Amino acid sequence: MRVSYKWLKDYVDIPVPPEELAEKMTMAGVAVENIEYPGKGLDNIVTARIEKISPHPNADKLVICSINTGSEVLQVVTGAPNVREGQVILLALVGAVLPGGRITRAKLRGIESYGMLCSAQELGLDPENFPPDQREGILEFPEDTHLGMDVKELLGLDDAILELELTPNRADCLSMVGVAREVAAVLGTALHLPEIAVREIAESINGKVSVTIEEPELCGRYVGRLVRKVRIGPSPVWMQRRLQAAGIRPISNIVDVTNYVLMELGQPLHAFDYDKLQDQAIIVRRGRPGEKMYSLDDVERELNPEMLVIGDAGRAVAIAGVMGGLDTEITEGTTSVLIESAWFNPASIHRTSKKLGLRSESSARFEKGIDINGCLLAATRACQLIDEMGAGETVRGAVDNFPRPQDNPVIRLRPERVSLIMGVEVPGDMIKEIMERLGFRAAPEGKDLLVEVPTRRGDIALEIDLIEEVARLFGYNNIPTTLPEGANTEARRTREQVITDQVAGVMVECGLMEIITLSFMNPRVFEMLSLAENDPLRNAVTIDNPLSEEQRYLRTTMIPGMLDIMSRNTARKNADLAFFEIGRIFSPVDGQKLPRETAALAAGVMGRTRGGWNTEPVPMDFYYLKGVMETLMEALNIRKYSIIPEMGNPAFHPGRTAILETAGERIGIIGEIHPGVLEKYRLNERACIMQVSIEGLIRASGGVRRYSPLPRYPAVDRDMAIVVGRDVPAVEINRVIRKTGGELLQDISLFDVYQGEQIKEGYKSMAFSLRFQASDRTLTDEEVNGIHEKIQQALKDRFEAELRS
Amino acid sequence: MREKLEALKREALDRISAAGDLNLVNEIRVMYLGKKGELTGILRGMGSLSPEERPVIGQLANEVRESIENGLNSKTAALKEAEKYEKLDRETIDVTLPGRTFNVGRRHPLTQVMNEIKEIFLGLGFEIADGPEVELDYYNFEALNFPADHPARDMQDSFYIGDGVLLRTHTSSVQPRVMEKKAPAIPVKAIGLGKVYRRDDDATHSPMFHQVEGFMIDKKISFSDLKGVLLIVFRQMFGEDRQIRLRPSFFPFTEPSAEVDVSCIICNGEGCRTCSNTGWLEILGAGMIHPNVLKMSGYDPEQVTGFAFGMGIERVVMLKYGIDDLRLYFDNDKRFLAQF
Ligand SMILES: [Zn+2]
Repeated sequence: MRVSYKWLKDYVDIPVPPEELAEKMTMAGVAVENIEYPGKGLDNIVTARIEKISPHPNADKLVICSINTGSEVLQVVTGAPNVREGQVILLALVGAVLPGGRITRAKLRGIESYGMLCSAQELGLDPENFPPDQREGILEFPEDTHLGMDVKELLGLDDAILELELTPNRADCLSMVGVAREVAAVLGTALHLPEIAVREIAESINGKVSVTIEEPELCGRYVGRLVRKVRIGPSPVWMQRRLQAAGIRPISNIVDVTNYVLMELGQPLHAFDYDKLQDQAIIVRRGRPGEKMYSLDDVERELNPEMLVIGDAGRAVAIAGVMGGLDTEITEGTTSVLIESAWFNPASIHRTSKKLGLRSESSARFEKGIDINGCLLAATRACQLIDEMGAGETVRGAVDNFPRPQDNPVIRLRPERVSLIMGVEVPGDMIKEIMERLGFRAAPEGKDLLVEVPTRRGDIALEIDLIEEVARLFGYNNIPTTLPEGANTEARRTREQVITDQVAGVMVECGLMEIITLSFMNPRVFEMLSLAENDPLRNAVTIDNPLSEEQRYLRTTMIPGMLDIMSRNTARKNADLAFFEIGRIFSPVDGQKLPRETAALAAGVMGRTRGGWNTEPVPMDFYYLKGVMETLMEALNIRKYSIIPEMGNPAFHPGRTAILETAGERIGIIGEIHPGVLEKYRLNERACIMQVSIEGLIRASGGVRRYSPLPRYPAVDRDMAIVVGRDVPAVEINRVIRKTGGELLQDISLFDVYQGEQIKEGYKSMAFSLRFQASDRTLTDEEVNGIHEKIQQALKDRFEAELRS
Repeated sequence: MREKLEALKREALDRISAAGDLNLVNEIRVMYLGKKGELTGILRGMGSLSPEERPVIGQLANEVRESIENGLNSKTAALKEAEKYEKLDRETIDVTLPGRTFNVGRRHPLTQVMNEIKEIFLGLGFEIADGPEVELDYYNFEALNFPADHPARDMQDSFYIGDGVLLRTHTSSVQPRVMEKKAPAIPVKAIGLGKVYRRDDDATHSPMFHQVEGFMIDKKISFSDLKGVLLIVFRQMFGEDRQIRLRPSFFPFTEPSAEVDVSCIICNGEGCRTCSNTGWLEILGAGMIHPNVLKMSGYDPEQVTGFAFGMGIERVVMLKYGIDDLRLYFDNDKRFLAQF
């Protein structure tokens, strides 16, 4: 909403400058986003008369004008084609700064010039706001225009336009009078609202218009007034200026009046050419299936029963509250006008204007709700203005179809409640005064006030709404700053939150960077990951109205998001990636409205660790990522878990992938991405990803940590190297060693795995370091040798392992 | 003989003093003091001396031996000492070369700020609540006093998943969920953080973003308490000299409602580009919980009152680090992530 400060001052006393007014309004809840000064920079430009024109001695296209500014006569050289003697024009004096530059004393082809004649463009004004014959060339004004008058005063540019950013509840401020009421309440100053009454002719409206409302739910009131002897022409300049200030282009007197009343009172009006209405009937009804109508913008609109329509006896003549029809439009030849002032259901107007993609000043106001008790007054105001400008005569009376009259609600306001909510004692008489400043009648009843709220404030229905009014006019910043009294609360993270944080902490310690990706999933992902038709990951939650097909689903896996980010970084030549993400994955649940949301960890690595001039980079491969996983398990104190080779996942390398299991539950997968998938993601290097269920980790991590005493007797370390078949899993060998070693075997660590020269094809060499220790004695060599030999024997028996020396 | 001994001593000491390394010193030791050394050789000739001369020469010989030995010892010590210095000198490295490298992990800037917010509110006794990202219309709108025809409930603005189910458009949905669970118990103090979704995607909107919602319900909670709590929060987040300013605003689920501004963290209120020269940054929406909201979730608004507030995380992170493009957050460029 654009509000002219000058216009506003017609309705309310404003003893402060626009900037201060803006600040005060903002702090009371009607935010002024910006102040525009239409005359800004237009200094040293005055009205002047061309007294004499003489030819330029050295140029055919230039003339020399003697120009009277009222106080002096100046010589100006101009090339403007439409100059003539006696013409009143705008002269930019030396020193004026126009969009095209500063005006200086200049010699034009040897002749001194002391200014410039101005066109609309040269002043930086919109030519469309001037009559057609003035849109090009220098601006011209009536000959009786006072000379030496500042351009700002002349064109009404000595104004400030306040741009209001209204909250949806303050539809009452979508008009000058509404804003004036608010200003009066904020500043505590007097209102001077226009006296609305119209001279009526003898002819009565009785029998001239019939109004039928078929849908009282959608049209709560319909007022019609009839104007005769209409003479279409331009509206007065003052009205045009005000409309321009509000951002509305003047069209003709009748249309301008409807727009003016819209701006002044906030009531959208529509003017029909009365003689073109079939049977002079107005029927407010739903559109009919297949019904069509040309709207004012000359577009054929298809109507339907969802839309509220104004019809005459035969056809649709307007889309209610949204746009009028072409057939009944006001034209040069219009002599009788029916003015419509109605209340339409906000939601219905919203739907219709959205459906048609038509938003106007009118529909915007209907959508937000207008004052149902203001319709008649607005129609009368329009008639009054038409009458005052001599553009028509008003027929006696009005048609007022008002199926559901509404009274002003009366609300009980308890001062102690005001104080409780605000947190500061507000005296009863102060509350009463605030109500009265708002134009609400407040009658004391005991300690309380009974407040009658006019229907223009449709946002106020409850006591709390009135308390808000008190609070905002009291001033939020006058309310003290306190801390809540009352019981203390203990707050701590839940176990789930603690563990989730811990998981992220481990990832960071392992050198991974956190990423956050959108929760959406592209249906193409299924192909990208080569998923089978019946893969459960295909069972995704579907969004009805995604922004694009790529965001059709909610993710069922974190892996595509990770691959996308790896791919994007690779494309940007960011090599050596180590990322993790913690987020939710979604899966539909039969018979339930809400899907299952589970938190998951994804970690992905690619390339090598950071190397350096003396640091050998480590490949970030399967074992690197597995190390991250093992570190996580250790940090969460999850001791019992298994890593089971997984060959069946189509997104992963069949020989380099494993399932993570705890207590028989699959809680994650870790592996190298399948080369075919890598290719689809344009990844030119091996990438490894793991995804683990956070819930799974939480369930598994219940272990209690217990201290075990530090050993008091020395340990004996023995190395053992064996050669076994390539396919014997390390975990099996480990298990046999541990079992055979018994409780004296403290620790096994694998320090070398080797295949190649000196090792038979199909075999590998593995070297372990074994630590033996007893808690109650120093072990003898014989004891250790005995166990060591038993282990060797067991490995031989079980895996045909050969000892390697 | 005396002369011989004196000469030997001089010669030996000269050699010792000229010796440049330990090997030479050892050679000298063998040469003069060894079994076949020169001193031994001279002493072997003692038999030819008169009995009077013998003890005198014997003593002299001992003195010579001692001198040579002392000479050798101190030379050895000196050489060893010098060698130590030399070794240290040889071992000098270029301390300006870069150190060994590690992969450095980091949290995403959005998570970092969310964690900071969690810490602040835990400290104030607020628990951290959770709610689903796919939410019922009831919790996202209805229980928050959004009228059925509110524009925000339009298909245009939210992502819908079947009838009455949508991706939550704000973390405010956590409010009725927590209240419903706790009612009629008081006090309730909770925050909810996380992802929210709106059907918008342009330079200043992402279809997914993050919010924090907080609220408190108790007997006699007032607007002034809301101001007090927010002041503490902003001072912890942005520094002790922050000020706050509240402007009346409108949200369906709070009344009175406010936009809360914090004095600009860049210019301290002087006016700069970030704050559009106002000195204030609009950062949070808040208000007193609407009586309808309390009622719907099982509280009697005549018995208890409460406040609620909500804030976008992306904006806070932008302000904190001077980030100028929202899209960077979900772009996850390694070079961006490495900066926080
Ligand atoms: Zn600033």
